This record gives sequence, C-alpha cells and structure tokens, in this order.
Amino acid sequence: MRSAVIRAGRGILWYLREATGEAKWHEYADRCRRQGVVPMSRREFERHRADHNEHNPQSRCC
Amino acid sequence: MSTNTEERHGPTGGSKRMSLRSLLIWGAIAVVGAVCWAVLALVRGEQISALWILFAALASYFIAYRFYARFITYRVLKVDDTRATPAERLENGVDFDVTDRRVLFGHHFAAIAGAGPLVGPVLAAQMGYLPGTAWIIVGVILAGAVQDLMVMFFSMRRDGKSLGQMVREEIGVVGGTAALIAVFAIMIIILAVLALVVVNALAESPWGVFSIALTIPIALFMGFYLRFIRPGRVMEVTAIGVALLLLAIIGGGFVDDWGLASSLTLSKETLTLCLVLYGFFASILPVWMLLTPRDYLSTFMKIGVIVLLAVGLVLANPLLENEAVTEFGREGTGPVFAGKLFPFVFITIACGALSGFHSLIASGTTPKMIAKESHVRMIGYGGMLMESFVAISALIAASVIDQGLYFAINSPAGATGGTPEAAAEFVRTLGFTISPADLTNAAQSIEEQSLISRTGGAPTLAFGISLIFTEAFGGGLAAFWYHFAIMFEALFILTAVDAGTRVGRFMLQDTIGNLWRKYDDISWKPASWSASAIVVALWGYMLYVGVTDPLGGINQLFPLFGISNQLLAAIALTLCVTLLIKHGKAKWAWVPGIGLAWDLIVTMTASWQKVFSDNPSIGYFKQRSVYQDSIDNGALRAPAKDMDQMQQIVTNSTVNGVLQLIFALLVIVVVVNAFVIWFKAVRAGGLPTTEVPHQPSRLVAPSSFFATKEEKEAVRRNEELTRAGDER
Repeated sequence: MRSAVIRAGRGILWYLREATGEAKWHEYADRCRRQGVVPMSRREFERHRADHNEHNPQSRCC
Repeated sequence: MSTNTEERHGPTGGSKRMSLRSLLIWGAIAVVGAVCWAVLALVRGEQISALWILFAALASYFIAYRFYARFITYRVLKVDDTRATPAERLENGVDFDVTDRRVLFGHHFAAIAGAGPLVGPVLAAQMGYLPGTAWIIVGVILAGAVQDLMVMFFSMRRDGKSLGQMVREEIGVVGGTAALIAVFAIMIIILAVLALVVVNALAESPWGVFSIALTIPIALFMGFYLRFIRPGRVMEVTAIGVALLLLAIIGGGFVDDWGLASSLTLSKETLTLCLVLYGFFASILPVWMLLTPRDYLSTFMKIGVIVLLAVGLVLANPLLENEAVTEFGREGTGPVFAGKLFPFVFITIACGALSGFHSLIASGTTPKMIAKESHVRMIGYGGMLMESFVAISALIAASVIDQGLYFAINSPAGATGGTPEAAAEFVRTLGFTISPADLTNAAQSIEEQSLISRTGGAPTLAFGISLIFTEAFGGGLAAFWYHFAIMFEALFILTAVDAGTRVGRFMLQDTIGNLWRKYDDISWKPASWSASAIVVALWGYMLYVGVTDPLGGINQLFPLFGISNQLLAAIALTLCVTLLIKHGKAKWAWVPGIGLAWDLIVTMTASWQKVFSDNPSIGYFKQRSVYQDSIDNGALRAPAKDMDQMQQIVTNSTVNGVLQLIFALLVIVVVVNAFVIWFKAVRAGGLPTTEVPHQPSRLVAPSSFFATKEEKEAVRRNEELTRAGDER
C-alpha cells in the first residue's frame, strides 16, 4: 500500500517535471556528464530555451 | 515496440481476438452507454439527472476510441511504428523533440482546449440540452476527433508542416492562398469574439476586474522569478503563482470594503481599450515576461478546473432544469442567438464537437514531438475527446440553472431592458417565470450587482459551476466559486488572445516579408510593432463592433465565430480527403468525408442564411436594409435608442455580412481547387505527395495510454540493449 502511494507520487512528480519542461535541464546535464562535456549554466540554458520560444509562438485555441 | 505494434494489431487493426475479459468489459460499457442514451432520448416532461448525459458521453467516447479511432489509425492511415517520426529523425532538443506520449497528450490538450468549449454549449442550451449533447458527442466522434487525428498524422508524415503549407503543396497555389487568407481572417474573428466574452464577463464587475487585473503582475513576477531568481524552476513558481491567484480571487471579495469598487467598475468600452492595449504589449514584450508564465498558470487552472468539475458533477448529481428540446429550436426565435436548430446549433457549438482551429495546432507544433506514429491516435483523437468532455460539462452547467434565470442572463440588453422588473417581464413573454426579487437575489448570492443581460456565456457557466460546486463541496462559497470560474475563463481567453495576437503578428510579418524582405525580421522593432498594431487593431475593431452593437454583440458575432471556425475545419477535412485519394486510398475517403460533407452542409446553409435570409434577425443584409429604410424615413426601430445607434447597426451588419460572404467564398475556392485534384488523382489511381520516405525507427514505446504487458517487456528489452551498447 505504502509503496503504491510512493510510486504514484513519483509518477506525478515525473509527469509534472516533464510537462513543465523542468526535466529538459536535467536531461541536458546528464547528457553532458555522459559525454564528459562541461554543461553551460542553468541560467544560460533556460535563456536559450526562452529565446527559442520567442521566435516560435504556439497558438492557443479557443 | 517498433515492429511488434504492427504485428499485434495486424493490417486490419485487430489480428488478436478479443479476450473474454475485454469482451465483457466492452459489452458492459456499451450497455451503460445504450441505457444512458435511451433515457436521454425517451424521457420527456420530467426532470432527469445530469449524470445521464455525463455517462452517455463517457461510454460513447470509450467505445469510439477503442474501435473507431483504432480502425482509422491502423486500417485507414496505416500508421507504421517501424518508421522514424520527425522527432526521432530530426531531434534537436528544441522543436523536434521526442516526447513521452502522456506528456505530449497534456501539451496538446492544453493547446487545443480553452474557453471555446465552455462558451458554445452554454449558448446552445437555449435549444434544450438534447441537441447540444447529441451534436457534441456524435460530432466529435465522427468529425472533430477524426480531423485532429488525420491532420496530425499527415503533418507528422511531412516533418510537421503547417496546414497552410500542406494545402498549398497538395491542393494548389490558389487553394493555398485562399486557405492562408482564411486562416488569418478567421483568427481575427476568433480573437475578437473571445475578447468579447471577457469584456461581457468583467463589465460592471469590480470583483472580476480586480482578480483578472492582478493576473498581470502575478505573471510578470513569475516571469522575472524564472528569468533572474531561480531559472527553470517552473513547478515552484507555478505553485506560488496559483497561490497568489487564489488570493487575488479572495481579495476581490473585499474591493467594496477597500473603497475600490467604484474605480474598478468599468464600462465595456473602457475594458475594450484595456484589452487592446494589453494585447499589443503582450505581443511586443519578450515572451518570458508575460506570455510563458501566464501559460503555466492557465494550463494548471485548466486541468485543475476540469478535474474539479467532473468530480463536482458526480458528487452534486444535479437535476436538469432545461427542457430536452425547447420551442426555440423549432421556431428559430430564441433570444440568445437567432435561427433554427438546424443549422445554428451545429455552428454555435464548434469547439468540443468540430473545431477547425485545432488543425492549426495539430499541424506544426505537436507532430514534431511525437515519439511513435501510433501515438497520433491517443494524442489527436484522445485529446479531442477530452475537449469534448469539457464541452459536455459546460452544457450540463448551463442546463442545471433555472431557465428563467438562464434567459435573463443571456438575452441582449435591448430585449431585457436591464432592470429586474423589465427582465422578469421579458422572460415571461418567452414562457418562463422568474420574479424580479429572484433575479436580484441570484445576483446577490454571488455578490454581483446584476446578472441581467450578462451575455457571452461566461457568467452563465460561472453561475452553473458555482451551483454545482456549492452543492458538491458545501461551505456556502457561491460567490467565491462564481468568481473562481470567471477568473479561469478569463485567464484562458487572455492566454489565447496574447498568444493569438503574437501568432497573427508572425503570420503578417511572414506574408509581408515575401514582398519586402526586411519586414520578416521578427526582432526588427518597426516591423514587430507595426505588425502587432495591425493585428490588434483588426480584432480590436471587431471587438468594438461587438461591444457597442445595439442588437447584442454575442447575438450578432457568435454565429460568425462558429461558422468561420467550422469553415476552417472544412479546409482541413478537404485536405484529409485529398491526401487519402492521392495516396490511392480513395475507398477510405468517406472517413474524413462524412465530417466534411456534414460540415459543408451546415456551414454553407448557415452562411447562406446569414447573408441572404429575409428574416432581419438572421440575415445581415436584410437587417441592414431594414434599418437603412427606417433611417431614410426618419423613424427609430427598436432596440436602437437614437439615430446614431441606427447608423451603427447599419455599419455593423454590413461588416458582418461582407465578412461572412468572404469566408464562405474562400472555402469554396479551396474545395473547388481540391475537386480538380480529386478528379485527377482518382483517374490516375493516386498521385505523388510530399510524404517523407520511410526511415527505420530505433525507438520503442507503448502505443496508447496504458502499456500492455508485451509493450512493457519490449521497452525493457530495448533499454537493456541500449545499455549494453553504451557499455561496449
């Protein structure tokens, strides 16, 4: 029972991280670590993502 | 699951016989659905529970998803999980990005669903609950979700091309150009009507204005927090933002005590100006400041409210006050919008049943993130079913309200006169009874000055939701729930307005950029500012027309909105039929063809009536000539109060009529152009298309919401292989 609750909680947290895009940074940092590259700072990374959104607006429907 | 998915479903979409267990489950769902539909169809003259509608919808959705969507996906479109999707082939971590199917489902749903499915069904409730229910459910299954699924599939097979691009390349330059103009024009109308809904909900409501105004500083705070204080911590800042938002709603209840009530009681004209200025600044400010954080808030509220509404409905189990079919459907004399059940119910409810705007989202962004081809079923078809569920909830919320109150809220001010006594009298002429005292009490219960002629759907929905939530969760919080509901509707709409203005600005810059290169540079301020100003001015003008129209803006503009949205759907479905025929699958052309044929019949009938009807409450040009004649004779005609208003009606009706005519003509151009291609393609047994050739996929992922045992096993095996590969 308790493990099921913990699993569900982990699942929700995972979903929120992915859906909000927070996971992107962690994926990027992991990838850099695997490839032995020094990652850029999180601030810089998020700026890049924001710059991209700047030029690619997504419409929201009614 | 690469090859396995194909084998498992087989070429026919079901090589494996259904097990006894699933046969029993699906049999039970079918029985529940059939019983609910039978109750809805047969019971007359007595009140029934709203849950019959809810479960009829759910059972129908499950069956449609399990059988029809699977049939389309595997048999008609023949999705192929051995093919790499654009996300896999072109992965760049930014727009092409392999995304978990459930996460992408959330993203896609958040992008397609907004205030539309909440507003249309509320207005359509004037025809009774049954026509709306039937159209929402049948429409989504046979047309709306099919459109979303197919457009998404075809765009995915073309590296995420947009609808306009696909029409140009697959149908022709003429059709493509017409489609491009139609998309832009329709977007302007949609923005104007959405903004009109907000204006009508906030006018003379200091509580509402207070809460909504505060969303701007809250979003700005979130934006700066994410940019400078703690970059990337979206969940944390969204939690703070939502908490502040709830405080803003609660705080609105004290505007009277703080002496802010009179300064926050804004007229519709002032609100229009505020919205236009807001739209302009939102379009030129960097997205991180306002647009992105507002989107986080709006998405969170969207999902939260939908879950809350579903739970609330089941707990409250309200009775339907509305009739199954009202006489307005037969006579076409309804005060909310004019015209008979056919075709006007079908255009009043666009979002939730068949929404052409989705084809813009289903092509472009979402297809670039799909991990496996088979996911289009869950994301495209499933996402639209979810929006349809929102529409059903809204229809229920509007149908549990006392019907006298419903018509007092939704009839234009010209009809109700604006006072409780006059409104009660007007409602009596419609055949309902509500006393002036009851009207005043209803407004007081939610701490608003008045509910009379608060058209646009939002106040009605908010009132219905506050009834349901008060019943379900108790606590006497009716006023809080009402403003909570107004807040989230306004939040969706403002998000749609600022994102839409920005998209419109980009489209305009892109188009003008073809003639004048420099204008295309989106960071060049003269271009971005002037393009934003043009877009805002266009929808701002239409908004102003709606706000000041003596005949009632919603009454006049909502049909234009619904028709144009579904004309866009006609373009999208035409593209789907064209592509099936070009791919040599003419025998399956009926799948999008059913939706297309119905949609063309409905929109063309409605357009014809709106343009040529000699009933002045329906036909724009008849309206124009009736008022012009009166002006020529120097006579006033109700509901105009002076000659200025008479002149205004003449101008507005002309503008609306001309727009209506242009939209219909543009769509006819696209369809006729497509006819030529169909003819050629059928004769040739197919034609080449711009589909990207097959390239093998290396990804493995389950294909629908829940992974089967075999799929889990395949994912695990693939992970082991990858790990082994990495170590080597």
